Amino acid sequence: MYNEEIPLLRVENLKVWFPTRTGFFTMFREKKYVRAVDGVTFSVNKGDVLSLVGESGAGKTTTGLAIAGVYKPTEGRILFKGVDINNTDKKKAKELRRKIQLIFQDPFESLPPHMTIFDIVGEGIDIHKLADSPQEKIEIVTEALKSVGLIPPEDFFNRYPHELSGGQRQRVAIASTLVLHPELVIADEPVSMIDVSLRWGIIKLMMNLKHRYGLTYIFILHNLALARCISTHIAVMYLGQIVELGPANDVVERPLHPYTQALISVVPSLRKVGRKGKKIILKGEIPNPIDIPPGCRFHPRCPCAFDKCSKEEPQLIEVEPKHYVKCLLYSKNKG
Amino acid sequence: MSSNALLRVENLRTYYYTKMRQVVVAVDGVNFEIGNNDALALIGESGCGKSTVARTIIRLLPSNARIVEGHVIFDGKIDLTRANEDVLRKLRFRKISIIFQGSMNMLDPVMKIEDQIAEVIKVHNRNTTKEEAIQQARRLLESVGIPPYKGKEYPHQLSGGQKQRVAIAMAIALKPSLIIADEAFTGLDVMVQAQLIELLNDLRKKMKVSLLFITHDIHVIGELCEKIAVMYAGKIVEYGDLKKISESPMHPYTMGLLNAVPTLDGSITGIRSIPGFPPNLSDPPPGCRFHPRCPYRFELCDKEEPQLVEVERGRYVACHLLTRG
Repeated sequence: MYNEEIPLLRVENLKVWFPTRTGFFTMFREKKYVRAVDGVTFSVNKGDVLSLVGESGAGKTTTGLAIAGVYKPTEGRILFKGVDINNTDKKKAKELRRKIQLIFQDPFESLPPHMTIFDIVGEGIDIHKLADSPQEKIEIVTEALKSVGLIPPEDFFNRYPHELSGGQRQRVAIASTLVLHPELVIADEPVSMIDVSLRWGIIKLMMNLKHRYGLTYIFILHNLALARCISTHIAVMYLGQIVELGPANDVVERPLHPYTQALISVVPSLRKVGRKGKKIILKGEIPNPIDIPPGCRFHPRCPCAFDKCSKEEPQLIEVEPKHYVKCLLYSKNKG
Repeated sequence: MSSNALLRVENLRTYYYTKMRQVVVAVDGVNFEIGNNDALALIGESGCGKSTVARTIIRLLPSNARIVEGHVIFDGKIDLTRANEDVLRKLRFRKISIIFQGSMNMLDPVMKIEDQIAEVIKVHNRNTTKEEAIQQARRLLESVGIPPYKGKEYPHQLSGGQKQRVAIAMAIALKPSLIIADEAFTGLDVMVQAQLIELLNDLRKKMKVSLLFITHDIHVIGELCEKIAVMYAGKIVEYGDLKKISESPMHPYTMGLLNAVPTLDGSITGIRSIPGFPPNLSDPPPGCRFHPRCPYRFELCDKEEPQLVEVERGRYVACHLLTRG
C-alpha cells in the first residue's frame, strides 16, 4: 500500500477531536476531548478499494467525513494527489472536493424529500457548473440514471424519494455522485439499510461503475465477509486508530490482531464455510473515546491481554509483507 | 402438526383496508406452530407480511387491519384472534412478549431504566411493592448483562446494544412462555448481534421460553433457531427444519435468500441478489407469487397457485417444480 509514487489519497497521522461542552462550573477544569479519530495513517492508490471495518464508535465514519472535508483535522494532513486539501486556495479546494464524493448509509434520510429525482441528481451539476445548457444537463442526468440501472430514466425525473424503494434510493444517491465525475468515492455502509436480497445488486453496480469510470473506493463496513469480497485492502479500526491493515485476503485469512480475529469469528453465516474454530464474543462495547484506556486501547476487552498491555502502547508494525498490526503480541521485546 | 403446541397459527389471513378502497393481502393463509421451548425463525424480505403475523398474534394491529380468517391458538386453549382486550392484557408480557426493531427507541427518555422495568412488573402484579419491583428490575438487568448500577441511568446514557438489552429484560420480566422478536437485532453491529444471540440462547436454556424470531437476514438465525418458515408475499413457501433447509433448500426463493449474502471464503461467484422487487400486496401476481422473479419458472407457474405440500416428514414446500412430471 505504500508506493514510492504519489498515492491518490494519503492520510497522515489524522486526528479529529471534538471538545466536550463546558459549563460555568467546569470551565476551569482540564478541557476534555472526544478523540474520535486519534492518529490514523494510510494511503489509497488509484483503483484500490479500501474497507474500514470495526464496531460502531471506532471512528470509521469520522475518518471518512474528514477525508470528504466535512470535518477539519485537529492534527495531521489529508493529501489528495499530493495536495493538502485543508491547506490550499479556495478554488482548488472546491475542485478537489468535487472529486471526493460521499454515499451515506441511510437512503431514507440522505435524499431531500422535497426535491424530485431530477433535481437531486442535477443539483451538483449546477453547483459545479458542469453543463453548458439545460439540454446538456438533461443528457447528463439521463445518462447517470441509466448507468445506475434506473430505467427508463425519464420515468424517474419527476418522482420524489418517498415513491422509491430503499434500493432505488441508494441508486439515486450513487447517480448524484456520478455526475460530478468523482475520483474517490467514500461509501458509508451503503447497503446496511437495504434488504439482504437486494444488497448484492447495489454492490455489483458499484463495482461495475468502478471499472467503467476508474473510481477508487473507501468503504465503511462492519461485515468482514462483505469487505473481503469487494476490497483490495482492509483496515480494522478500534477506538480511533487502525489496529490492523493489509491486503483483504490476508487480513481475513490470517488475521493477526485479537480484535480482527474476534470480528471475523462473529460474521453470521448459515454455511460454515471458512469458519475456523469457535466464536470469540467480546464483552461490552468500545469504551468512551473521552477516557481512553492506557497502553493498548483494546486491552480491557482483549482475550489475549497480558500485563504489559495496560502499560505500553503498541506500534503499527509490518509482520508480513504489507500486513501491519498494532499489538504487543507481535513486538519483538515481548518479554 | 401436533396438538400440544404452545402456539398454533391456522390458516391465518390478515388484510389491510386502505383509504383508496384497496385491500392489502398482508397475510394470506399462514400455518405454523411453535412447541414448548422451540425456536422458529420467520424469514422474508420487507413487506412480505412477517411483522403483520407478529402483530396479529399479539393483537397489536393498526385500526385499518382486520383478521379475516383463521385462528391463533395459544397453549391449546385460547384463540387469540377472538380474545377480548381483558384476556389479551393478561397475556401480554405475562405469557407473550414482543421485542421490536425500534424497541430501543420505545424507552421513556425521562424515566430511569430500572423504574421502567419495575413499572412493567408492578402493572402486571398489583401486590408487588415498589421496592420489590426495583430489586427485581436490577436482577433482570444483571441477567441481560447490564451492571445493576446502570439502572439509575436514563436511556440516552446507554448505547443501542444496551437499550436493546433493556428491551429484552422487560420482555422476560414476567417470565413469559413465548418471546416474539421482530427484527430485534437489525441495524446493530455484528459483535452486538453475536452478544445478543448468546444472551437469548442462555435465556432459552434457563427459562424454557419459546421464540419466534422474525428477520430478513437468514444468516443470523443459525445459532438461534431449529425451525424456519420462509415467507413470500403473504404466504409461507417453505417450512421445516433449519438445518435441512439451509443445506438443501427446495424453494427457489429460499435458495435466493441463502445466496444473496457473501461468505467469509471470499468467493463471489455464488452470490446473487434476487432480481426485481417483492410484489405490491394489494395486487399480487397470479399463480405462484414468486414467478416474476423466479429463475426456474415454467408455463404452469403464472396460472396455478402451488399448494404447501409435505415433501418429507415435517418439511413443507409450495413450488410447482416439485410436482412437475
